[in-house]
Amino acid sequence: MPFAHAIGGTRYGFPDLKTLLARATPPRSGDQLAGLAAGSAAERVAAQRALADLPLRHFLTEAVIPYEADEVTRLILDRHDPAAFTPVAHLTVGGLRDWLLAEADTASLAALRPGLTPEMVAATSKLCRLQDLIAIAAKCQVTTRFRNTLGLPGTLSTRLQPNDPVDDPRGVAAAILDGLLLGAGDACIGINPATDNVDATCRLLELLDGVIQRFGIPTQSCVLAHVTTSLLAIQRGAPVDLVFQSIGGTEATNTSFGINLALLREAHDAARSLKRGENVMYFETGQGSALSAEAHHGVDQQTIEARAYAVAREYAPLLVNSVVGFIGPEYLYDGKQITRAGLEDHFCGKLLGLPMGVDVCYTNHAEADQDDMDALMTLLGVAGVTYIMGVPGADDVMLAYQSTSFHDALYLRAALGKRPAPEFESWLERMGLDAASRAGTLPLTPALLGLT
Amino acid sequence: MSDVPALWRDLRRHTTARVALGRAGNGLPTAAHLDFQEAHARARDAVWSALDLDRLEADCAPLGLPVHRVASQAEDRRNYLLRPDLGRRLREADATRLARSPTPGAFLIVVADGLCAEGVQANASALLAALVPLLNAQRMAPGPIVLAQQARVALGDEIGEAMQAAMVAVLIGERPGLSATDSMGIYLTWGPRRGRRDAERNCLSNIRPGGLTPAEAAAKLAWLMQAAMARGGSGVALKDEAPTLGLLA
Repeated sequence: MPFAHAIGGTRYGFPDLKTLLARATPPRSGDQLAGLAAGSAAERVAAQRALADLPLRHFLTEAVIPYEADEVTRLILDRHDPAAFTPVAHLTVGGLRDWLLAEADTASLAALRPGLTPEMVAATSKLCRLQDLIAIAAKCQVTTRFRNTLGLPGTLSTRLQPNDPVDDPRGVAAAILDGLLLGAGDACIGINPATDNVDATCRLLELLDGVIQRFGIPTQSCVLAHVTTSLLAIQRGAPVDLVFQSIGGTEATNTSFGINLALLREAHDAARSLKRGENVMYFETGQGSALSAEAHHGVDQQTIEARAYAVAREYAPLLVNSVVGFIGPEYLYDGKQITRAGLEDHFCGKLLGLPMGVDVCYTNHAEADQDDMDALMTLLGVAGVTYIMGVPGADDVMLAYQSTSFHDALYLRAALGKRPAPEFESWLERMGLDAASRAGTLPLTPALLGLT
Repeated sequence: MSDVPALWRDLRRHTTARVALGRAGNGLPTAAHLDFQEAHARARDAVWSALDLDRLEADCAPLGLPVHRVASQAEDRRNYLLRPDLGRRLREADATRLARSPTPGAFLIVVADGLCAEGVQANASALLAALVPLLNAQRMAPGPIVLAQQARVALGDEIGEAMQAAMVAVLIGERPGLSATDSMGIYLTWGPRRGRRDAERNCLSNIRPGGLTPAEAAAKLAWLMQAAMARGGSGVALKDEAPTLGLLA
């Protein structure tokens, strides 16, 4: 066996890197469903010890999915920057964890990004407790720009998510107004459309653009339709700020989403050609999507999730978020598993250089509730999460799941001394929105949004 | 402040979303907080609800159709939630028993708990009472009925294969949301056999009082079943004709 470690007289062997990574992964239902999880707590810690001793250089010689078989693997290895890797090239995985905790600072972490592969980062996360995931991520600073600046130190942004079950423009407008009154929307105002077609998408884009222009809001819009729909909308001359796409960490997962790297490049270039802003992509990810698409190649769900971040960073996105609790209990069973996965995803995304947000969320068949969401969002706030979602009353009436509310972001900013993006904060002050919503007045006239 | 001013409260006229909840500092006012907790509690209880098979069988008795009871390999709700693969497989004894009473060419009805037994308990018998006369009028006499516990949609494939059915309609409880905990879906599959993919099914969802009523759903299902028989297939092929369904609503 290439990798092995003995615990209490029992020798545990691991035939290859992907098996070692899977067995070292803290417990979660998706890896158990896939038959990849460690069979015992002792086997898991044996794998973690073997992983800790593995030189980082090994990740450049053994791919978890073959180079020839997967364009995401090719992207990862072709983009690896040996010069940026130099400061940690002599380290093991365990040594990298220690270095990240003890030595690394914001500047050295920024310089290191192109030298790290997703698998190195995922491996390191498997050796980390929650406090390590938080402490290391908090040192990372990732700043992106469109109409405002996201990710500056001391800021916490929100995506205003005004979904409507039938894309009713009045329902969407009412939720937007409610969110703005409660200080939400600096990351973007982003709608998941109920119907993914170009007509509906263009109508929603016009609505969002109208709101942003009418009130002079320093933020950006997004309709989270399929990338091919957004391309059609661009061709029609619709006001597209951000192009959205769900992405995964294997070529086959992306095929199941109807995308590939070339298509993402085409969409990125089309959006940039509009010259509306600098960072033009918005990606969503989530552990378990590869297994769900039967496209995981025997790799654990957290490692594949980190590989999706290599896809994301290729296109310099404005925003990336893991929709961590959306996929259901067969992948992340309860609040404990969702919490750990959310912090892992944020940690891996930030180390790889992404403006990482998290949709702190759950479905009604998961063993989770509002207390779990309060805990996770607070931990993520301490870790410096770039943004969270803002949904009216935490209840998404279109997607039928529970995320974070406008109120949650107000709580989190107050509890941790965080502020919105500076341009957006100035706008909130200029409009007097915080004072108004406390006093119960309405400086944004609903009639201006067609709500009479 | 917890009194939401009229102008803000008026936003509620435009949406079912939880807008204009007011503020208690940065938090939710108590009433809005407890409204949410109540909705979530109901949804949680609905997920963990169980089918009352005796009542369901009694409700279906007037239809005069043979009824079988089966269960998936998921032995309890926790196992069901963790192992969707087991929820798609019949217990061996049930598979053997069904295979011993085949109904070649039958239009099989499976009533399954899915993620919300309450949803199917509340709507299945009303739907069947409306559906059976429609199918009889189309000379597509349905049955038998199979009641399935800890079942995923694809369990209908193995049930239909074991009984040699021509097609299977799976009536199944839908994942409860905060606003609806009594919703049922229907998945129609032509030529059921293990390994069928979701693209080979047609789906009707949100069947409940206040959504698609059982009578409306029965009319749509009867049309779909006739179309599936005419084409010898279900799924994406049938979907192309879906606009026709609007006329039946």
